[in-house]
Amino acid sequence: MALTLLRGMRTPVSLRSNTGLFFNVLRPRLSHFTTRAESAHATEPKAVPKSIQLATKEAAEQKTQGFEAIIGIETHVQLSTVTKAFCSCPYDYGSQPNSTICPTCMGHPGTLPVLNEKVVECAVKLGLALNCEISMTSKFDRKQYFYPDLPKGYQISQFDIPIAKKGYVDLDLPVEFGGGHRKFGITRVHMEEDAGKLLHSESGSYSQVDLNRAGVPLLEIVSEPDMRTGIEAAEYGAELQRIVRYLGVSNGNMQEGSLRCDVNVSVRPVGQSEFGTKVEIKNMNSFSEINRAIDYEISRQIMLHKEGQADQIVQETRLWDESSQKTFTMRKKEGLADYRYFPEPDLPEVVLTTDYIDEISKSMPELPEAKRRRYENMGLSMQDVLFLANDDNVAHFFDSTLEHGADAKLACNWIMSDIAAYLKNEKLSIHETKLTPLELSELIASIKNGTISGKIGKEILFELIAKGGTVKGVIEEKDLVQIADPAAIEAMVDKVIADNPKQLEQYRAGKTKLQGFFAGQVMKTSKGKANPVLLNKILGEKLNAK
Amino acid sequence: MPPPLQAHRLLISHRRLPTPARRRFTAVSSLQSAPATTLAPGPATSSILSIRESLLSGERTAADITSEYLSRLRRTEPSVRSFIHVADAAAEREAEELDRRIASGEKDAVGPLAGVLVGVKDNLCTKNMPSTGGSRILDGYRPAYDATAVRRLREAGAIVVGKTNLDEFGMGSTTEGSAFQVTTNPWDDSRVPGGSSGGSASAVSARQCVVSLGSDTGGSVRQPASFCGVVGLKPTYGRVSRFGLMAYASSLDVVGCFGSSVFDTATILSVVAGHDKMDSTSSSQDVPDYTSKLVSLDLLESKPLNGLRIGIIQETLGEGVDTGVVSSIKGAASHLEQLGSVVDEVSLPSFSLGLPAYYILASSEASSNLSRYDGIRYGRQVSANDLNEIYGESRASGLGHEVKMRILMGTYALSAGYYDAYYKRAQQVRTLVKESFKNALEKYDILISPAAPSAAYKIGEKINDPLAMYAGDIMTVNVNLAGLPALVVPCGFVEGGPVGLPVGLQMIGSPFSEGSLLRVGHIFEQTLQNFSFVPPLLAER
Repeated sequence: MALTLLRGMRTPVSLRSNTGLFFNVLRPRLSHFTTRAESAHATEPKAVPKSIQLATKEAAEQKTQGFEAIIGIETHVQLSTVTKAFCSCPYDYGSQPNSTICPTCMGHPGTLPVLNEKVVECAVKLGLALNCEISMTSKFDRKQYFYPDLPKGYQISQFDIPIAKKGYVDLDLPVEFGGGHRKFGITRVHMEEDAGKLLHSESGSYSQVDLNRAGVPLLEIVSEPDMRTGIEAAEYGAELQRIVRYLGVSNGNMQEGSLRCDVNVSVRPVGQSEFGTKVEIKNMNSFSEINRAIDYEISRQIMLHKEGQADQIVQETRLWDESSQKTFTMRKKEGLADYRYFPEPDLPEVVLTTDYIDEISKSMPELPEAKRRRYENMGLSMQDVLFLANDDNVAHFFDSTLEHGADAKLACNWIMSDIAAYLKNEKLSIHETKLTPLELSELIASIKNGTISGKIGKEILFELIAKGGTVKGVIEEKDLVQIADPAAIEAMVDKVIADNPKQLEQYRAGKTKLQGFFAGQVMKTSKGKANPVLLNKILGEKLNAK
Repeated sequence: MPPPLQAHRLLISHRRLPTPARRRFTAVSSLQSAPATTLAPGPATSSILSIRESLLSGERTAADITSEYLSRLRRTEPSVRSFIHVADAAAEREAEELDRRIASGEKDAVGPLAGVLVGVKDNLCTKNMPSTGGSRILDGYRPAYDATAVRRLREAGAIVVGKTNLDEFGMGSTTEGSAFQVTTNPWDDSRVPGGSSGGSASAVSARQCVVSLGSDTGGSVRQPASFCGVVGLKPTYGRVSRFGLMAYASSLDVVGCFGSSVFDTATILSVVAGHDKMDSTSSSQDVPDYTSKLVSLDLLESKPLNGLRIGIIQETLGEGVDTGVVSSIKGAASHLEQLGSVVDEVSLPSFSLGLPAYYILASSEASSNLSRYDGIRYGRQVSANDLNEIYGESRASGLGHEVKMRILMGTYALSAGYYDAYYKRAQQVRTLVKESFKNALEKYDILISPAAPSAAYKIGEKINDPLAMYAGDIMTVNVNLAGLPALVVPCGFVEGGPVGLPVGLQMIGSPFSEGSLLRVGHIFEQTLQNFSFVPPLLAER
């Protein structure tokens, strides 16, 4: 693609005042190339990462006869720190281009990086969450290459001594994909800074540089090549997303590019110990796309093997194209790029103390894996467990509902059915509604003790979730206490039977299905408050009495 | 023992000091007369103090003082060419503003550096003033901020009179490597002022400003101080913030100071030193008032340096070092002995390894630090057909020959397959150099050596012989590798030019020992007789 063909840069609009603003223009001769995995203008609401669609199950079970795929993933997680990694600029996704920049993150002469200590804290948190060894002394290095989105001509990163290494992650595959527990190795976690963005014009005649993102802190997580299928890789990504969200170190949003996965895929005949030639795939904007892209790539490579064209598999970067559901060559790799890493002389070593690590260790929340095991031990089904633990807000809501005394299975059912449906419709997260865990537990208790019926319970739920308030308040306000007095119900039954002689005749002529009609009428008369068991009992007696 | 002294050019005599009992080196007193000057011969006096006194007493106004310096600048600049940019109008304005504040009786109007004109090396960023680093690629660039050292000077009341010339981005030893002009040595306009801070040294030497800031990566403050006959201080690495200093070799770069007296140099160090949150490599060690230990001549005891142990570095007086320079240094050593110190020879075995290690490390870091000059965001940008061409053409036309050579050397040294043989090995040498200094500084309080193997040489003499120029850095680069402070004080003359050429004595101390270096340097300076380090340029009226 035409990434190096830019023409006629003019406007050396360097920063000549203290505003620190510039907007330089590049004009490529050829059309634009597709940028990175993240789309620049994602407007979709936060996507709840949920298990991968069944539609791809078939692909996952593709015929791999005689071959196995080896998959490793490099994940970049953008940290949600208040300021950038090495200067005090804020970062807000979607803000005006070049509005959150300063001489330091623009790479002006004489500027120096100053490490944001929050970045270290986030790295240690994630390292611990991924069961890594934490390096008590690590350092920063410079990774050098030229590109217009890289202001200094080098990226501050960590090379030979990452802050965390040798960890693993546990996860459970979705039930609809056959389920199963997996453990995947983590090679390393290191700290680095993000680059800016090139914005290519519609016409392709010029490009612009936006440095808002330059210097935003990233953690790069490198997995061991432990995954074998698209779904395993997708779930690995989803688990990392859960973990960073649980830890609060990142919003993990793939559409905004806060979580980006580059996947390496190779294929080899079963039994062969050397790896095949690996291909890197980029540009996947969801876990579902990761799954499909990998499965596509695996079949492509196996096909080439079977056709005796294994030599056509070359070291290259391929892009996933969602519209055609295929991967395409972006660039072939000509040998290894030489980034001329060397220790960053502007930053001292990062030296940690055991006290510091202990402190962070103590502040760690319960992580998804621990939650899943705990829920599993409560007797919940794996489907329930995976749903609840998927989103830490949901899990937190669920846990506090239980703390108020609710039954686990009942609370889970409410959350997974009516509440989940409401959230999906309204595109809300559970903590953004007016419903509190206390009230959900009250609601469950009120149904259990017969104060209200399950049906009324649903009504109250929607009232609470939309407007807030308490279960007791809604019951009183709307007079919703269940009618459990047999005499009162009997009176209503009598009246309904008396009002519908025709239907009574039909019933008695053998059309017993009409009991439902009578029940409905009584329920209507009671405004839904009649105890349904009692109602049906009394109604049955009356209808069948000659 | 060193070879017998060739002392025919030595110009040393001592005041009030009896001949020391213990003499290692013979000071000789068959002297030529000191260089002609309008100023009375005698120890250097503090210009900052006298400016302060005259402002406080109302004897002179800041405008008077400024106009005195500016008129000298205008007179001498056509031959010296120290400045790339002169902010004369701004300086006059600031001086008038200061006078107005003094006149209105404003408290604190007279800051520690009130009315003091400073020259700032052009690789230090100055807000609203061009800052080019001596490079075409930054022609017309105006930073949005002041370097921390500059900001601190301004906050103390100093007036920045302009930006001084330098070898492009500090890479060079003659200031001939500037993209804009060649600066000459005020002692002889056919000679170089040294470099890379040549403009800052010559500006102080020609009294175009009171004091100046430079930067020292491998000797860029000390060698020009020696060539121009001024005091130059390279502080401990981290003593002065590098924020706003265009990086050449980040692990070696230090902002340094020039003055016409040790007192003035100590005064500006006190102002610019100290931790800066914008520079993670700056030290949080307390900053003393470096002038408080400086005792005036009439209060000195007869043996003020009693008990001081001084090591003279053997390897700096051998082959390749100008005999006149050796004589001057030995004479200085003997002078220090007469002041009560004990001077011994000391050997630093790793000394000769420092030069190649320095050029590998400095070039490696430079190749990275200069990547930001890519023509994309600021500075020179050449129109081109594709991205690589924009980079290539902007840098090819914007960067000078020496800079390109060092970028290439550094890129090579950091490349896969060469890293271990060059960069890593040079780091190992650096560790050795540090250790050998550490060991020597456990035995001695101060180490002394020349600041350069020769006095100022002719313009053009080494321009086509980079290796010869690099070899000239032998006296200074080890100190940067070890991160130590070093003070250069004029100590004598060798023959050359109309009236002789100055030679500087380098005094090296332990980390953060600037205070004692300045104290010893001050005593040395105050007791050195019959020399006046005012260049002949100023006598021609």
